[in-house]
Amino acid sequence: MAFYGVELSSRLLLGTARYPSPAILAEAIKASWAEVVTVSLRREAGPERAGQSFWTLIRETGLKVLPNTAGCHTVKEAVTTAHMARELFDTKWIKLEVIRDDDTLQPDVFGLVEAARVLCEDGFDVFPYTTEDLAVADRLVEAGCRVLMPWGAPIGSARGLNNVYGLKALRAHFPDIPLVVDAGLGVPSHATAAMELGYDAVLLNTAVAEAGDPVEMARAFALAIDAGRRAFLARPMEPRDMAQPSTPVVGRAVLG
Amino acid sequence: MRIFVNGEQREIEAGTLAVALDGLGFTGRKIATAVNGRFVPATQRPATRLADGDKVEIVAPMQGG
Repeated sequence: MAFYGVELSSRLLLGTARYPSPAILAEAIKASWAEVVTVSLRREAGPERAGQSFWTLIRETGLKVLPNTAGCHTVKEAVTTAHMARELFDTKWIKLEVIRDDDTLQPDVFGLVEAARVLCEDGFDVFPYTTEDLAVADRLVEAGCRVLMPWGAPIGSARGLNNVYGLKALRAHFPDIPLVVDAGLGVPSHATAAMELGYDAVLLNTAVAEAGDPVEMARAFALAIDAGRRAFLARPMEPRDMAQPSTPVVGRAVLG
Repeated sequence: MRIFVNGEQREIEAGTLAVALDGLGFTGRKIATAVNGRFVPATQRPATRLADGDKVEIVAPMQGG
Protein backbone atom coordinates (compact mmCIF):
# COMPACT_ATOMS: atom_id res chain seq x y z
CA MET A 1 0.00 0.00 0.00
CA ALA A 2 1.30 3.45 -0.87
CA PHE A 3 0.13 6.95 -0.03
CA TYR A 4 1.47 9.45 -2.57
CA GLY A 5 4.31 7.12 -3.49
CA VAL A 6 5.29 6.29 0.10
CA GLU A 7 5.14 2.51 0.67
CA LEU A 8 3.75 1.42 4.03
CA SER A 9 3.31 -2.03 5.51
CA SER A 10 1.08 -1.01 8.44
CA ARG A 11 -2.54 -0.25 7.66
CA LEU A 12 -3.19 1.62 10.88
CA LEU A 13 -2.68 5.37 11.19
CA LEU A 14 -2.72 6.46 14.82
CA GLY A 15 -3.72 9.76 16.39
CA THR A 16 -1.64 11.14 19.26
CA ALA A 17 -4.24 13.04 21.32
CA ARG A 18 -6.07 12.32 24.59
CA TYR A 19 -3.70 9.68 26.01
CA PRO A 20 -3.34 9.50 29.80
CA SER A 21 0.38 10.36 29.58
CA PRO A 22 3.20 10.85 27.07
CA ALA A 23 4.71 7.51 28.18
CA ILE A 24 1.46 5.66 27.45
CA LEU A 25 1.23 7.42 24.09
CA ALA A 26 4.74 6.22 23.20
CA GLU A 27 3.92 2.66 24.28
CA ALA A 28 0.60 2.65 22.39
CA ILE A 29 2.32 3.82 19.21
CA LYS A 30 4.77 0.91 19.50
CA ALA A 31 2.02 -1.62 20.24
CA SER A 32 -0.05 -0.43 17.26
CA TRP A 33 2.72 -1.11 14.71
CA ALA A 34 1.64 2.17 13.08
CA GLU A 35 4.04 3.79 10.63
CA VAL A 36 2.11 7.05 10.42
CA VAL A 37 1.00 9.22 13.34
CA THR A 38 -1.22 12.28 13.14
CA VAL A 39 -0.33 15.53 14.87
CA SER A 40 -1.72 19.07 15.01
CA LEU A 41 -0.57 22.64 15.44
CA ARG A 42 -1.68 24.71 18.37
CA ARG A 43 -0.75 28.01 19.92
CA GLU A 44 2.50 27.67 21.82
CA ALA A 45 1.69 29.05 25.25
CA GLY A 46 4.34 30.65 27.39
CA PRO A 47 7.35 29.05 29.00
CA GLU A 48 6.20 25.46 29.58
CA ARG A 49 7.07 24.48 26.00
CA ALA A 50 4.51 21.70 25.80
CA GLY A 51 4.85 21.61 22.04
CA GLN A 52 8.60 21.19 22.16
CA SER A 53 8.58 18.13 24.45
CA PHE A 54 5.74 16.55 22.46
CA TRP A 55 7.75 17.02 19.29
CA THR A 56 10.79 15.36 20.86
CA LEU A 57 8.64 12.32 21.72
CA ILE A 58 7.25 12.06 18.18
CA ARG A 59 10.62 12.59 16.52
CA GLU A 60 12.10 9.79 18.62
CA THR A 61 9.55 7.32 17.21
CA GLY A 62 11.08 7.92 13.77
CA LEU A 63 7.62 7.51 12.20
CA LYS A 64 6.06 9.40 9.33
CA VAL A 65 4.02 12.39 10.52
CA LEU A 66 0.63 13.39 9.11
CA PRO A 67 -0.27 16.88 10.37
CA ASN A 68 -3.95 17.87 10.45
CA THR A 69 -5.94 21.07 10.11
CA ALA A 70 -8.30 20.10 12.95
CA GLY A 71 -10.55 22.88 14.17
CA CYS A 72 -10.43 24.88 10.94
CA HIS A 73 -13.82 26.11 9.79
CA THR A 74 -12.87 28.08 6.68
CA VAL A 75 -10.82 27.47 3.55
CA LYS A 76 -8.48 30.31 4.51
CA GLU A 77 -7.80 28.90 8.00
CA ALA A 78 -7.20 25.41 6.62
CA VAL A 79 -4.87 26.60 3.87
CA THR A 80 -2.83 28.80 6.23
CA THR A 81 -2.62 25.95 8.76
CA ALA A 82 -1.44 23.57 6.01
CA HIS A 83 1.34 25.98 5.07
CA MET A 84 2.45 26.30 8.69
CA ALA A 85 2.37 22.50 9.02
CA ARG A 86 4.44 22.00 5.88
CA GLU A 87 7.19 24.21 7.26
CA LEU A 88 6.99 22.94 10.84
CA PHE A 89 6.97 19.21 10.05
CA ASP A 90 8.87 19.38 6.77
CA THR A 91 6.24 17.30 4.93
CA LYS A 92 3.90 17.81 1.99
CA TRP A 93 1.34 15.54 3.65
CA ILE A 94 -1.69 17.22 5.17
CA LYS A 95 -4.82 15.70 6.69
CA LEU A 96 -7.30 18.28 5.52
CA GLU A 97 -10.22 19.02 7.82
CA VAL A 98 -12.69 21.82 7.18
CA ILE A 99 -15.43 21.49 9.77
CA ARG A 100 -18.97 22.82 9.39
CA ASP A 101 -20.97 21.46 12.28
CA ASP A 102 -19.60 21.51 15.82
CA ASP A 103 -21.99 18.86 17.21
CA THR A 104 -21.13 16.17 14.67
CA LEU A 105 -17.78 17.59 13.46
CA GLN A 106 -19.21 16.97 10.00
CA PRO A 107 -16.93 18.28 7.28
CA ASP A 108 -17.92 21.33 5.25
CA VAL A 109 -17.56 19.40 2.01
CA PHE A 110 -17.82 22.54 -0.15
CA GLY A 111 -14.97 24.22 1.71
CA LEU A 112 -13.09 20.93 1.77
CA VAL A 113 -13.13 20.59 -2.02
CA GLU A 114 -12.06 24.22 -2.46
CA ALA A 115 -9.21 23.94 0.07
CA ALA A 116 -8.13 20.63 -1.48
CA ARG A 117 -7.89 22.25 -4.91
CA VAL A 118 -5.81 25.17 -3.58
CA LEU A 119 -3.44 22.87 -1.68
CA CYS A 120 -3.05 20.24 -4.43
CA GLU A 121 -2.16 23.02 -6.88
CA ASP A 122 0.40 24.23 -4.36
CA GLY A 123 2.13 20.83 -4.26
CA PHE A 124 0.60 19.37 -1.09
CA ASP A 125 -0.31 15.68 -0.78
CA VAL A 126 -3.82 16.05 0.57
CA PHE A 127 -5.57 13.47 2.79
CA PRO A 128 -9.12 14.86 2.96
CA TYR A 129 -11.32 13.99 5.93
CA THR A 130 -14.67 13.68 4.18
CA THR A 131 -18.06 11.98 4.32
CA GLU A 132 -18.90 8.83 2.36
CA ASP A 133 -20.65 10.97 -0.30
CA LEU A 134 -19.66 9.67 -3.72
CA ALA A 135 -20.09 12.96 -5.58
CA VAL A 136 -17.94 14.82 -3.05
CA ALA A 137 -15.28 12.09 -3.29
CA ASP A 138 -15.32 12.48 -7.06
CA ARG A 139 -14.79 16.25 -6.70
CA LEU A 140 -11.88 15.65 -4.32
CA VAL A 141 -10.21 13.31 -6.79
CA GLU A 142 -10.84 15.87 -9.54
CA ALA A 143 -9.14 18.46 -7.29
CA GLY A 144 -6.03 16.28 -7.14
CA CYS A 145 -6.49 14.12 -4.02
CA ARG A 146 -4.96 10.65 -4.39
CA VAL A 147 -6.12 9.40 -0.98
CA LEU A 148 -9.64 9.69 0.43
CA MET A 149 -10.54 9.45 4.11
CA PRO A 150 -14.29 9.04 4.63
CA TRP A 151 -15.63 8.99 8.17
CA GLY A 152 -17.01 5.82 9.71
CA ALA A 153 -19.04 7.92 12.13
CA PRO A 154 -18.56 11.34 13.82
CA ILE A 155 -15.10 11.86 15.37
CA GLY A 156 -14.83 10.37 18.85
CA SER A 157 -18.32 8.81 18.73
CA ALA A 158 -17.25 5.11 18.77
CA ARG A 159 -20.28 4.20 16.66
CA GLY A 160 -18.43 2.23 14.00
CA LEU A 161 -19.45 2.20 10.34
CA ASN A 162 -22.67 4.23 10.14
CA ASN A 163 -23.22 3.71 6.42
CA VAL A 164 -21.77 0.44 5.20
CA TYR A 165 -23.65 0.74 1.91
CA GLY A 166 -22.12 4.17 1.22
CA LEU A 167 -18.61 3.00 2.12
CA LYS A 168 -19.01 -0.06 -0.14
CA ALA A 169 -20.15 2.12 -3.02
CA LEU A 170 -17.13 4.36 -2.54
CA ARG A 171 -14.78 1.36 -2.61
CA ALA A 172 -16.41 0.05 -5.78
CA HIS A 173 -16.27 3.46 -7.44
CA PHE A 174 -12.61 4.15 -6.64
CA PRO A 175 -10.77 0.84 -6.96
CA ASP A 176 -7.39 2.52 -7.44
CA ILE A 177 -7.51 5.32 -4.84
CA PRO A 178 -6.29 4.40 -1.34
CA LEU A 179 -9.31 4.65 0.97
CA VAL A 180 -8.92 5.12 4.72
CA VAL A 181 -11.79 4.99 7.20
CA ASP A 182 -11.06 7.96 9.41
CA ALA A 183 -12.95 8.57 12.64
CA GLY A 184 -15.84 7.14 14.58
CA LEU A 185 -14.51 3.67 15.34
CA GLY A 186 -14.86 2.36 18.87
CA VAL A 187 -13.77 -1.28 19.00
CA PRO A 188 -11.46 -3.48 16.92
CA SER A 189 -14.38 -5.27 15.22
CA HIS A 190 -15.31 -1.93 13.61
CA ALA A 191 -11.83 -1.76 12.08
CA THR A 192 -12.08 -5.37 10.91
CA ALA A 193 -15.40 -4.55 9.23
CA ALA A 194 -13.81 -1.61 7.39
CA MET A 195 -10.94 -3.78 6.18
CA GLU A 196 -13.33 -6.56 5.10
CA LEU A 197 -15.00 -4.00 2.81
CA GLY A 198 -11.67 -3.66 1.04
CA TYR A 199 -10.59 -0.41 2.64
CA ASP A 200 -6.85 0.13 2.52
CA ALA A 201 -6.33 1.42 6.04
CA VAL A 202 -7.92 2.82 9.19
CA LEU A 203 -7.16 6.02 11.10
CA LEU A 204 -7.89 5.91 14.83
CA ASN A 205 -7.34 7.98 17.89
CA THR A 206 -9.96 8.15 20.64
CA ALA A 207 -10.78 4.42 20.60
CA VAL A 208 -7.21 3.70 21.62
CA ALA A 209 -6.45 6.76 23.74
CA GLU A 210 -9.58 6.55 25.89
CA ALA A 211 -9.56 2.78 26.38
CA GLY A 212 -8.91 1.59 29.94
CA ASP A 213 -5.62 0.17 28.68
CA PRO A 214 -4.58 2.12 25.57
CA VAL A 215 -1.49 -0.02 24.90
CA GLU A 216 -3.46 -3.27 24.88
CA MET A 217 -6.18 -1.68 22.75
CA ALA A 218 -3.59 -0.43 20.25
CA ARG A 219 -2.37 -4.00 19.76
CA ALA A 220 -5.98 -5.29 19.56
CA PHE A 221 -6.68 -2.83 16.72
CA ALA A 222 -3.46 -3.80 14.93
CA LEU A 223 -4.46 -7.46 14.99
CA ALA A 224 -8.06 -6.69 14.01
CA ILE A 225 -6.93 -4.68 11.01
CA ASP A 226 -4.65 -7.49 9.93
CA ALA A 227 -7.51 -9.99 10.32
CA GLY A 228 -9.87 -7.83 8.25
CA ARG A 229 -7.31 -7.37 5.51
CA ARG A 230 -6.59 -11.11 5.33
CA ALA A 231 -10.32 -11.84 5.22
CA PHE A 232 -10.82 -9.40 2.34
CA LEU A 233 -7.97 -10.98 0.37
CA ALA A 234 -9.39 -14.44 1.10
CA ARG A 235 -12.69 -13.44 -0.63
CA PRO A 236 -15.51 -14.07 1.90
CA MET A 237 -18.48 -16.23 0.91
CA GLU A 238 -21.82 -14.58 0.10
CA PRO A 239 -24.56 -14.61 2.78
CA ARG A 240 -27.58 -16.88 2.16
CA ASP A 241 -31.12 -16.73 3.51
CA MET A 242 -31.37 -20.46 4.29
CA ALA A 243 -29.20 -22.92 6.16
CA GLN A 244 -26.92 -25.24 4.26
CA PRO A 245 -25.46 -28.16 6.21
CA SER A 246 -21.72 -28.01 6.44
CA THR A 247 -21.42 -31.67 7.37
CA PRO A 248 -21.95 -34.00 4.37
CA VAL A 249 -25.52 -35.39 4.19
CA VAL A 250 -24.55 -38.38 2.04
CA GLY A 251 -23.45 -41.37 4.07
CA ARG A 252 -25.37 -40.46 7.19
CA ALA A 253 -26.20 -43.58 9.24
CA VAL A 254 -29.90 -44.47 9.43
CA LEU A 255 -30.58 -44.81 13.12
CA GLY A 256 -34.26 -44.12 13.60
CA MET B 1 3.73 49.45 19.77
CA ARG B 2 0.80 47.20 20.66
CA ILE B 3 0.32 43.85 18.94
CA PHE B 4 -1.61 40.67 19.66
CA VAL B 5 0.35 37.45 20.20
CA ASN B 6 -1.86 34.37 20.16
CA GLY B 7 -4.77 36.59 21.12
CA GLU B 8 -3.00 38.33 24.00
CA GLN B 9 -2.15 42.01 23.86
CA ARG B 10 1.60 42.71 24.11
CA GLU B 11 3.74 45.86 24.08
CA ILE B 12 6.85 45.52 21.91
CA GLU B 13 9.41 47.79 20.28
CA ALA B 14 8.65 48.56 16.65
CA GLY B 15 10.53 46.15 14.40
CA THR B 16 10.39 42.88 12.52
CA LEU B 17 8.66 39.60 13.33
CA ALA B 18 12.07 37.96 13.86
CA VAL B 19 13.04 40.53 16.48
CA ALA B 20 9.64 40.28 18.17
CA LEU B 21 9.94 36.47 18.39
CA ASP B 22 13.38 36.79 19.99
CA GLY B 23 12.01 39.29 22.50
CA LEU B 24 9.11 36.97 23.32
CA GLY B 25 11.47 34.07 24.07
CA PHE B 26 10.82 31.92 21.00
CA THR B 27 14.44 31.76 19.87
CA GLY B 28 15.40 28.23 18.77
CA ARG B 29 11.95 26.79 19.32
CA LYS B 30 10.08 24.68 16.78
CA ILE B 31 7.29 27.04 15.75
CA ALA B 32 5.46 28.35 12.70
CA THR B 33 4.08 31.85 12.34
CA ALA B 34 1.26 33.80 10.73
CA VAL B 35 0.54 37.53 10.77
CA ASN B 36 -3.04 38.72 10.30
CA GLY B 37 -4.05 35.27 9.07
CA ARG B 38 -1.27 34.97 6.49
CA PHE B 39 1.49 32.40 6.81
CA VAL B 40 4.95 33.93 7.26
CA PRO B 41 7.73 31.42 6.45
CA ALA B 42 10.71 31.36 8.80
CA THR B 43 12.92 32.76 6.05
CA GLN B 44 10.68 35.84 5.74
CA ARG B 45 10.49 36.67 9.45
CA PRO B 46 13.50 39.05 9.36
CA ALA B 47 11.93 40.97 6.47
CA THR B 48 8.40 41.11 7.92
CA ARG B 49 7.83 44.42 9.70
CA LEU B 50 5.09 44.48 12.29
CA ALA B 51 2.58 47.30 12.55
CA ASP B 52 0.47 48.52 15.44
CA GLY B 53 -2.52 46.20 15.97
CA ASP B 54 -1.03 43.26 14.05
CA LYS B 55 -2.25 39.83 15.06
CA VAL B 56 0.63 37.37 15.35
CA GLU B 57 -0.07 33.65 15.66
CA ILE B 58 2.70 31.33 16.89
CA VAL B 59 2.00 27.61 16.72
CA ALA B 60 3.97 24.52 17.73
CA PRO B 61 3.57 20.76 17.25
CA MET B 62 0.77 19.37 19.37
CA GLN B 63 -1.16 16.13 19.91
CA GLY B 64 -3.77 15.53 17.22
CA GLY B 65 -6.08 12.95 15.71
